[in-house]
Amino acid sequence: MENVNAAEFKKHHVRKYILVFVGLMVLTLVTVAVSYLRLGVEAAIIVALIIATVKGSLVASYFMHLISEKKMIYMTLILTVVFFAVLMALPLFHHADPIVIK
Amino acid sequence: MEIPYTVNARPDSGLFNAKMGVWLFLASEVMLFGALFTTYILLRVGAPEWPHHELNVPLATLNTAVLISSSITMVMAWASLMMKDFKKYKMYMGLTFLAGVGFLIIKGIEYSHHILAGEIPSTNTFYAIYFTMTGLHGVHVIGGMIVNGYFWGPGSKMWKTEPERFTNRIEVAGLYWHFVDLVWIFLFPVFYLL
Amino acid sequence: MGTNNLTHTAHAVHHAELHAHHEEPGFWRKYVFSTDHKVIGVQYGLTSLLFLLFGFTLMMVMRWQLAYPGEAFPVVKFAAPFAILGLIVMLISGFRLSLGTLIGVLITGLGVLVYVLGKGEERMPDGIMLPEFYNQLGAMHGTIMVFLGVVPLAVGAFGNYVMPLQIGAPDMAFPKLNMASYWVYFCGGVIMLSSFFIPGGSAQSGWTSYAPLSDVTVPGFWGGQTWWLLGMIFLITSSLLGSVNFIVTIMQLRAKGLSFMRFPFFVWAQFVTSFLLLLAFPPLEAAGVLQLMDRVAGTSFFLPSGLVVSGQVWPNSGGGNPLLWQHLFWFLAHPEVYVLILPAMGIVGEIIANNTRKPLWGYKSLVWAVIFLGFMSFIVWAHHMFLTGMGTAISSFFQTTTMIISIPSVIILSCLFISLYGGSLRFNTPMLFALAFLPMFGIGGLTGLPLGLSASDIHLHDTYYVIGHFHYVVAPGTIFALFAGIYYWFPKITGRMMNEKLGKVHFWGSFICMNFIFFPMLIQGLAGVSRRLYDGGQQYAHAQGVLYLNEVMSVAAWVMAIFQLIFVINLFLSLRRGEKAGSNPWEATTLDWTATTSPPLAHGNFATAPEVYHGPYEYSVPGHDKDFIPQNEPMKA
Repeated sequence: MENVNAAEFKKHHVRKYILVFVGLMVLTLVTVAVSYLRLGVEAAIIVALIIATVKGSLVASYFMHLISEKKMIYMTLILTVVFFAVLMALPLFHHADPIVIK
Repeated sequence: MEIPYTVNARPDSGLFNAKMGVWLFLASEVMLFGALFTTYILLRVGAPEWPHHELNVPLATLNTAVLISSSITMVMAWASLMMKDFKKYKMYMGLTFLAGVGFLIIKGIEYSHHILAGEIPSTNTFYAIYFTMTGLHGVHVIGGMIVNGYFWGPGSKMWKTEPERFTNRIEVAGLYWHFVDLVWIFLFPVFYLL
Repeated sequence: MGTNNLTHTAHAVHHAELHAHHEEPGFWRKYVFSTDHKVIGVQYGLTSLLFLLFGFTLMMVMRWQLAYPGEAFPVVKFAAPFAILGLIVMLISGFRLSLGTLIGVLITGLGVLVYVLGKGEERMPDGIMLPEFYNQLGAMHGTIMVFLGVVPLAVGAFGNYVMPLQIGAPDMAFPKLNMASYWVYFCGGVIMLSSFFIPGGSAQSGWTSYAPLSDVTVPGFWGGQTWWLLGMIFLITSSLLGSVNFIVTIMQLRAKGLSFMRFPFFVWAQFVTSFLLLLAFPPLEAAGVLQLMDRVAGTSFFLPSGLVVSGQVWPNSGGGNPLLWQHLFWFLAHPEVYVLILPAMGIVGEIIANNTRKPLWGYKSLVWAVIFLGFMSFIVWAHHMFLTGMGTAISSFFQTTTMIISIPSVIILSCLFISLYGGSLRFNTPMLFALAFLPMFGIGGLTGLPLGLSASDIHLHDTYYVIGHFHYVVAPGTIFALFAGIYYWFPKITGRMMNEKLGKVHFWGSFICMNFIFFPMLIQGLAGVSRRLYDGGQQYAHAQGVLYLNEVMSVAAWVMAIFQLIFVINLFLSLRRGEKAGSNPWEATTLDWTATTSPPLAHGNFATAPEVYHGPYEYSVPGHDKDFIPQNEPMKA
């Protein structure tokens, strides 16, 4: 923790946090509203997941300060995301590619 | 020899110990919930039909708002310490804890509605994965509340003796709390909206 | 204060005088709820050794059934040696209130445990083993050996004790968390053991716990499988806490000048292992929670629709996916194989460099191979599942990644073999075990290739060939490396050398017996004998030609037990009578030997923070007066 000037800190950070908070609330309402539209299942999933990803990125980037983090943490998270993708994709591929007996 | 870098960052990694530790822990949490989301997808693609809007959307929307609010109060609690304002820290941390309580109460109301209506984990795979994932998330909320409650109450004495270390601790607790919020941001559309 | 868990009070008193300014913690804080990584390392070591002994015992009982199916088991004859060994250990320790006596009591307890288990009417009426009990023994042997024995010994004990010393750290980064992970592990072990005594008996669906069998066998809370799951959740939590601690310690607490490419190979192995534990274990924790829900809350995560059990439609909603369990299980359990093998390779690397008096050949290749191995281990898991109706596209993918992952293993083995070339080898006990590791792991690895090819796996899947293969990797592979590590670091822990003569008897006996146990399994498997058969294959025509091997394997296993008793006796004899060792008896280069004070080490490990100027293995450097340069020896001007 560096020595921070309170006014300076407030100007730079606190305003940002409030903006992010407002953004998250608005996106929550948007995603609920969209779910009541009669989109197709696929379109609905895509829209909802995009909104959720944007919200998640806002939380991670600003509340968790990921936007300016250290290399070690980025490396760990990249590794985690890769394995997460593997864990999700490969069982699905297996599910989609069974042996079919004709 | 004392253990180094409990307060200040190690120059080459730029991190103090607990911060690196909590990020590694969160990485493992990503894999834990990742496995459960994988389960959700596999159950859903294997099911002949999947319920839509069967759960209580208004209550869950309210709960999302509560949890997001608790995230902003958490980050404000930390920011208050950075600005050396302990009173404001107490207020924001208290609010964070109360938001946690509120989240659990609303969740409890939802659960009791389902259970009274006979919709329990053994009803079908939808309710099974719903109860399991939101339940595990609830356990994480409770864990976070224990930590936050400790730092609001007895743990906050450290502010007088080691203010920097205490600020670090709040940052670390905050990282965990935001992660719990982040998981809910995905659980909400996956169970309630899709 | 110290690691003197194993030594007696005289040392402690002596040490207290040296460090009078330290406050003396009480007995409980010092030996039981200690936060010192060395004490915790020793706690892990002793607990896991006892579990290894217990897991081995279960197997010896199973081998009776396999060699002489349906014949009554001589329970008393079997349990008596344990009681006697316990008494011997107590005698060596002089019946005083010391750890040795405690261990003696525990070994005697083990004998009583075996006796009680063997006498149970629902297990072995009149000494004749019931099939259910055979299945329990099989499932618990695997679980105990892997999760309660080898991993805690390799990572919890060696990692905890040695790694912080090698990187020049005063302790682990989070000492309280370290203590918590030991006690969580301990609780997991207690839950696993107590499951033998609940009404339904312990888990009996194999260490892999495949669903739906595991979901429907003795359902409800009083089924052993439920306790198995609870135990696993504890063990996984312990591993997660430990791995976070290890990574932070290595990254943050390494000494000044200790850059990554100056890490001893063992530290690298622990580093990669920790990442495997951190990222591969959580999916099994999730799977454990799901299976627990299936068994206790009546969900159907792993139960398909229309399941019929013993002629009855199973009362559940259905809609689950049994293969999901296998995916989540092997997502952990394949990296787990490397969790078992990497620390072993690390230990072998240290010992080979030290006893050839040469730098390790291809240090950088070794490091990169270990990193690549760790990464690849996450994308090969479904080669355990070729026979689950997997299509050719996806099975080709896993076959390819499996072939690729053998490359770094071969690089590591080759580097270690080439390191021997041209060295003046010292054949002490640690070195013998380390040398034996190389060909044994080689056999284990090479026999794995046919299993990784989906065509040959059709014939070999679930046969004794698989058992032979992975036991070659883990038993004469990893466990030999762990024995090597015990003989190697024993003087660091206790200040005394282990007896070389007894050590050599232990080595040669184990080496010969191991091969008589596991090589016949490969032969039986090629003949098509399935694993997990209660009668060893007696009912199958194709097994008749190789049935005689069952007796050979069983006798070899029992004989091997005798040689392990020699090890136990050596351990306790050396503790009291062993030749005194200085702080660097092997003339090694790494910080654990060169920067520490004479053993037993005090809390905080180092008098002053060490600084590193050299690579890890600067042996026989020309123009130097000694044949080794300690890592912390300052450069000459």
